[in-house]
Amino acid sequence: MKHYDVIVVGGGHAGVEAACAAARRGANTALVTMKRDTIGVMSCNPAMGGLGKGHLIREIDALDGIMGRVADAAGIQFRLLNRSKGPAVQGPRAQIDRSIYRRKMHAILGAQPGLDIVEGEVSALRLGAEGVSGVTLVSGVTVLARAVVVTAGTFLNGVIHIGDKRRQGGRAGDPASVGLGQYLAGLGLRCGRLKTGTPPRLDGRTIDWSQVETQAGDDAPVMLSFLTTGPTARQVSCGVTATNAQTHDIVRKNIGRSAMYGGHVEGIGPRYCPSIEDKVVRFGDKDGHQVYLEPEGLEDDTVYPNGISTSLPAEVQEQYVRTIKGLEHACILQPGYAIEYDFFDPRGLSADLSVIAQPGLFFAGQINGTTGYEEAAAQGLVAGLNAAAKALDLAPAEFGRSDSYIGVLIDDLTTRGVTEPYRMFTSRAEFRLSLRADNADQRLTPLGRHIGCVGDVRWEKFSAKVEKLDRATFALKAAQIRPKDAHSVGIEVSQDGQKKSAFALLGMSGVTKSQICTLVPELRDFDQTIQLQVAIEALYAPYQDRQNADVLALRKEEAHRIPANFDYKALSGLSSELKAKLQAVRPDNLAQAGRIEGMTPAALTLILACLRGGQRLHARK
Amino acid sequence: METIFALASARGKAGVAVIRISGPQAHAAASAMCKLPSERRAALRKLVWKGEPLDEALVLTFAAGRSFTGEAMVELQVHGSIASVTAVSVALTEFGLRQAEPGEFTRRALENGRMDLSQVEGLADLIEAETESQRRQALRVLSGSLGAKAATVKSHLLRASALIAALIDFSDEDLPEGLMRDIALELESARVVLSAELNGFAAAERIRDGFEVAIVGAPNVGKSTLLNRLAGRDAAITSSIAGTTRDVIEVRMDINGFAVTLLDTAGLRDTDDEVEAIGVARARMRAKSADLRLLLTDGERGSGLELLPGDLVVHSKSDLGRPGRNVLSVSALTGDGIPELFAAISTELSGRVVNAGTATRLRHRNAMVRALESLDAAKISLQQGGPPVDIVAEDLRVAMRALDSLIGKVDVEDLLGEIFSSFCIGK
Repeated sequence: MKHYDVIVVGGGHAGVEAACAAARRGANTALVTMKRDTIGVMSCNPAMGGLGKGHLIREIDALDGIMGRVADAAGIQFRLLNRSKGPAVQGPRAQIDRSIYRRKMHAILGAQPGLDIVEGEVSALRLGAEGVSGVTLVSGVTVLARAVVVTAGTFLNGVIHIGDKRRQGGRAGDPASVGLGQYLAGLGLRCGRLKTGTPPRLDGRTIDWSQVETQAGDDAPVMLSFLTTGPTARQVSCGVTATNAQTHDIVRKNIGRSAMYGGHVEGIGPRYCPSIEDKVVRFGDKDGHQVYLEPEGLEDDTVYPNGISTSLPAEVQEQYVRTIKGLEHACILQPGYAIEYDFFDPRGLSADLSVIAQPGLFFAGQINGTTGYEEAAAQGLVAGLNAAAKALDLAPAEFGRSDSYIGVLIDDLTTRGVTEPYRMFTSRAEFRLSLRADNADQRLTPLGRHIGCVGDVRWEKFSAKVEKLDRATFALKAAQIRPKDAHSVGIEVSQDGQKKSAFALLGMSGVTKSQICTLVPELRDFDQTIQLQVAIEALYAPYQDRQNADVLALRKEEAHRIPANFDYKALSGLSSELKAKLQAVRPDNLAQAGRIEGMTPAALTLILACLRGGQRLHARK
Repeated sequence: METIFALASARGKAGVAVIRISGPQAHAAASAMCKLPSERRAALRKLVWKGEPLDEALVLTFAAGRSFTGEAMVELQVHGSIASVTAVSVALTEFGLRQAEPGEFTRRALENGRMDLSQVEGLADLIEAETESQRRQALRVLSGSLGAKAATVKSHLLRASALIAALIDFSDEDLPEGLMRDIALELESARVVLSAELNGFAAAERIRDGFEVAIVGAPNVGKSTLLNRLAGRDAAITSSIAGTTRDVIEVRMDINGFAVTLLDTAGLRDTDDEVEAIGVARARMRAKSADLRLLLTDGERGSGLELLPGDLVVHSKSDLGRPGRNVLSVSALTGDGIPELFAAISTELSGRVVNAGTATRLRHRNAMVRALESLDAAKISLQQGGPPVDIVAEDLRVAMRALDSLIGKVDVEDLLGEIFSSFCIGK
């Protein structure tokens, strides 16, 4: 019988990240997947990154995760979103060649020491007295491990709808994960149902590209990984077209035949990803809705028309697609569909993504009610690191709202739960000005090194960068500039004789790096990336101080741990409503408890008092 | 660590009021008003702030590690008038101190290991009192004019931040033009309402201070007659016609040292008369948010109103016959039982935890000042097109957080909801 430290079930974006993370921490890891070939498959749109999501990839990368590197290798168009806005809300995004992505992913997994890939379908978990101790495969084989990460949540009990036709199924062409899903449902975990939609896939050879606008990548591409210096694949453009009144008429006329509007679908769908039916019903007075024609790869003619997901019957899809400019003769390779699926309430998880009710079991990805490759990968990383911690008795890997989007994601999921497929937005991060894509490495790489998931290559590159950054920052802070001198290079400051540091001047709006270089020539010794990074930090420095105070307060609250078996029912003085909420969420710490709706400062004090009381009683024994 | 202060003694007219200050700035703040006596020595000092004398106070200081909270502390024992307490509170706020949240002193004592288990058990009572006073306070804010204004401010701020969030998080979507201008307009609207409210604050504060005691009951049991008797003047019209009182009538008075606003309300009954129905609805609302309800009954008819612990049931028209010995009964006509009723009211009020009253309103005022500062910063950024929009969003977030206690928390889900209902997001 095979024995591993960690088993990861599922080879999607959460699974591969979890498996590699566990292996990087030194756990002997098995990735169990139904089909080796489907590892690294991108089942939805062929793009990665963007706003919030780009931040997540950078953070995964900062912890030496794999998504950023693989995406960079497979990127066929790179764009930095929000380029004209502040650096805090800029997000790198790439169009991805699916087949390069898959190949590169296989190569990386193959090269990861301590990682085995096992083909097989998991039918059950092995539960022992001390929690989960392995998995049983459909073939009857048992594989043992100290911790198990389940990421096989893509479309648990999936039902696909096209018009009034429905069938069981997982993502495009795959069987639904039924066996394991039923097994997990039997564990008594709370469950909910969600839905999402996809557009029809088009044959690019039947699109009249001369009729659509094109959107090219950036002239100076920004990569997703801190380790990549530039694109390697050939770069392409996307097409942009739009729906029109005729399209909307066809959708409106057939609205009753849509699965979602015909009352066939019960799950809750994402508001930020409406179907063309939703758009026409809710915003029908708009002349047209944009449609992005995204190529799925360099050697692949499939085109993903982003913006027209649907659950109308196939023949209606063809009708409305052909009303769109440039798509008059387009052939549909695969009709769009709506899919309903199960998820488990993530409020049943701890902040390390372990299932509270089943020691040794971890959940990551869509199984927790999220959507998106990046959200899945981020959870996979956290679960993988912590499964290794559990198996090898290492320190847990913890992320908070003040240090990362990963922390925001985990905290949102485990304390608030989900009501629609959860997607990251920068608006979810209250410390948004500090949690930038550009400083993800500064925020997380040292932590990653500390817990042993960051390798030497990255660490050396990172250390060199930080050393330069520190020197540049020091030089700018040390240079005290008189108003007269600032004025001489065109910087307007009040002529009160008060000196200002070059760092403070650089943070003022309208001041350029070249102006500062004139005042502090040493700055020229640093390359453009360092100069840019210092300028970004100078811009946010005044806000950083204020946020730091908030961060300190939050960290202090987070330091007050609440044991998983804490008995809220025994707290006299709390309303039964608050008790019920606390019991359901089971906050890991006082900060989390404070975010529960209706919580009062005095109630928190009461919890703290009981924690303290417990400690003291314990000490007396 | 912020330095906090709060009134530690019960409010109302009393000989002495104790204001506690705790935190690293405690001694500095107090010494800005008077010369501090040596530690743990009481001394009489004149408190002066910005050249204006505030009050005479007995001043006590405690060093860090030798106080109730474990932090540096100062106790100011001032004269027990609302005016003195308010003046000192305003001065402390201007110095940069913050009004303590309920339970915050206890919390700090606990953090610093200065509490024993019996003190901890007292927390449960605190929470119950807090919950109850928050409920009342929320009702009052919502039903008062501040509630309507808070709702207006909230809608403008929510809209503005939703628009900014849309510009940031959905910049690759097909958004309409002119959103920056719309944001500036929304911010300006919020600013106008807030600053108008701040200007009128001082006047409103004096009028609304004190406990609210509502007289409720069925029509024609003699509520208005009782009000007139308690007030000692004809404040309300009385007649033998049921349903004479329509609107809520307020009379300010002093009951054994407590500042009380007596409310006379319309008799509670189902009615087809449109005006009376409005009166009955108002009566119910005000009665709910009052600190204490006097249910007046003629022995036959109740009010249908849910009574809370501490509420008083009073039998009216005792000149027409008394119901029994252990029941409060009065005759508004003869004055029989009135002193006993006064005593019962003041006994009940003195047992109450200090009402949210002034403290909450001062907090609201400070919240509005902080919010205005942030809104001004946001406005300047928008006008000059200087700092990027994420910094404007941050200023706006700070403003909304300052107003949490006034307008309720604005959650990211509220923003997203506003965005998704306004724009077609999702390509």
